[in-house]
Amino acid sequence: MADTYRPQADDFEFISGRDINVDQNFASQGYWKGVALHFARNRFAMTGVILVGVIVLFAVIAPLVSTYDYDQIVSVVDGNGKEVVAKSLSPQWAGDGADNRFADRTFVFGTDDLGRDLWTRTWQGARVSLIIAFVAIFIDMLIGTSYGLISGFFGGRVDMVMQRFIEILGSIPTLVIISILAIFMEKGIGLVIASLLITEWIGMSKIARAECLKLKEREYVLASRTLGAGSFHIIFKQILPNTIGPIITQVMFSIPVAIFTEAFLSFVGVGIVLPQCSIGSLIEAGFNNITILPYQIVPPISVLALLMLGFNLIGDGFREALAPKLEDM
Amino acid sequence: MRNYIAKRILMSVLTLFVIVFVLFVLIRIMPGDPFPVERMSAEMIAQKRLELGLNKPILEQFVDYMSMLLSGSFGNGTSLYNGAPIKPIMLKCLENSFKIGVLSILFGTTVGLTLGIVAALNRGKFVDGLCTIVSILGVCIPSYVFMIFLQYFFAYKIPFFPYFFDPARFMFSSIMPAISLSLLSISTVARFTRNEMIEVMNSDYVKLAQSKGLYGFELMRRHVLRNALIPIVTVIAPLVVDLLTGAMVMEKIYGVNGVGKLMVDAIAGDGIDYNYVLALSIVFSSMYIGMMLVLDILYGIIDPRIRISAKEA
Repeated sequence: MADTYRPQADDFEFISGRDINVDQNFASQGYWKGVALHFARNRFAMTGVILVGVIVLFAVIAPLVSTYDYDQIVSVVDGNGKEVVAKSLSPQWAGDGADNRFADRTFVFGTDDLGRDLWTRTWQGARVSLIIAFVAIFIDMLIGTSYGLISGFFGGRVDMVMQRFIEILGSIPTLVIISILAIFMEKGIGLVIASLLITEWIGMSKIARAECLKLKEREYVLASRTLGAGSFHIIFKQILPNTIGPIITQVMFSIPVAIFTEAFLSFVGVGIVLPQCSIGSLIEAGFNNITILPYQIVPPISVLALLMLGFNLIGDGFREALAPKLEDM
Repeated sequence: MRNYIAKRILMSVLTLFVIVFVLFVLIRIMPGDPFPVERMSAEMIAQKRLELGLNKPILEQFVDYMSMLLSGSFGNGTSLYNGAPIKPIMLKCLENSFKIGVLSILFGTTVGLTLGIVAALNRGKFVDGLCTIVSILGVCIPSYVFMIFLQYFFAYKIPFFPYFFDPARFMFSSIMPAISLSLLSISTVARFTRNEMIEVMNSDYVKLAQSKGLYGFELMRRHVLRNALIPIVTVIAPLVVDLLTGAMVMEKIYGVNGVGKLMVDAIAGDGIDYNYVLALSIVFSSMYIGMMLVLDILYGIIDPRIRISAKEA
């Protein structure tokens, strides 16, 4: 027996960047804390959070502190000391800026063809789009989750009827639903929200139902039942909390869909009506002038694309954090 | 299998019938009068109502409408094209939309599949990165933004392609609409193909085939591609269905005389043309349901488990 190599202290080095006192693979921490940790460590997801956060911040604050109102037609004093409407001024940073050097007025994104400040309008539009998306998806979540849980929990004939209903509703193309709504309702925010309400909850209810089918066989449901709990207590107090994860993920993927639907509807002309503005109506206005005033379409399109990207990154992050694969650990 | 298909067809026909019925009733019970009260006298309106059969009970009207539908006519428009028959106009629009749609699906799947396969074979290299970027772009850029972008740069800044669609020069002028419409399919198909390929390449049966000495093209063809490509049918079919929505914007941007534009004209104009809305809704719904039917049957053929579970249910 020659001397065996004995490991020295120097042979080991601490893994940097992680707290070695916390065993993250087999942790004693709570489920949600683990999810949050996993989420926070995901660089893409955090990029999404920052993107969405910044845009939401601007959408909330910018219209409040801006010099102009979103529907205000701004006048400026031109070189001859005459007051003129600030029509179609290109943004100052766009280069020449020839007609944008009016006294102390600057327009970061320029003005539109009626002389309204595009900076204010863009953020006001983002605000309207975000409000529509959040409201619609929140209500969808309530309807979809309850519908799916009830359908899944009771099963049998109830489930049959409820699923056939969804099947029929789901096989009507969105376009047809929107057209029918457009006949019954005034064009505007209401129409957009209504069409989102009808179409988006189906996906949520399917997820809730699938989760419910999985969970209702668990022991704790049986235990609760044995203790005399009623069906609705079990559904909403026992099963619902355990389905939150997948539902939040679905919400995160639905919000960009909602924003996109709004933009799409406003673009084809059944969405937001003037002088209200949303991302979609701004893009539409920009598109009409694209060959003459191409700068007008840049801000709303960028905000839209960044919002979609942000929410999708967050959604992906959530999905990974909730069901981490082994290789990610 | 035959039972399964029969059941699915029956279900689809039933669904379609329910949709047509609901749409019809909704449009008929709508508040308001289709006639301009300020321009027509009461007698004229009464005369017109009698002529159009609007005095009959709704159910009877529905039966009339159904028999008209089954004989292959959609009736006349109310205002949009001066009350001319709907069918020839719609057929013409359908033709334009359909051609561009097929072109974009062909382009989208070809590029998507190629990109996905090449990316999976070169994991971590440049093509793989490109594939990831394309799939992210496809998700976060709404297709119409891409369309506007394409049109601005390749038809206006560099006037190579025609700015608007022109049926007389079909092939050339539909290149841009088709490409812009296919962004979503490219990104979805590419991402899906890549992930599916990687999963199959890491599977035990491919490892077994490798350890038996199979490699290269033969391995790809016999084991990897076969198993990886089957599930892709499942993403392509919904994409075809989604084209409808994309087409609506595309037709507005490129000035295509298609069904989407017809629908927008019918609902977003000054007056709503109910007969057009009804006819187009029925056509859209049948295309959609038909597509789902084909998809379900394909699933059944591809994956026997679905057939069995359908039998049990």
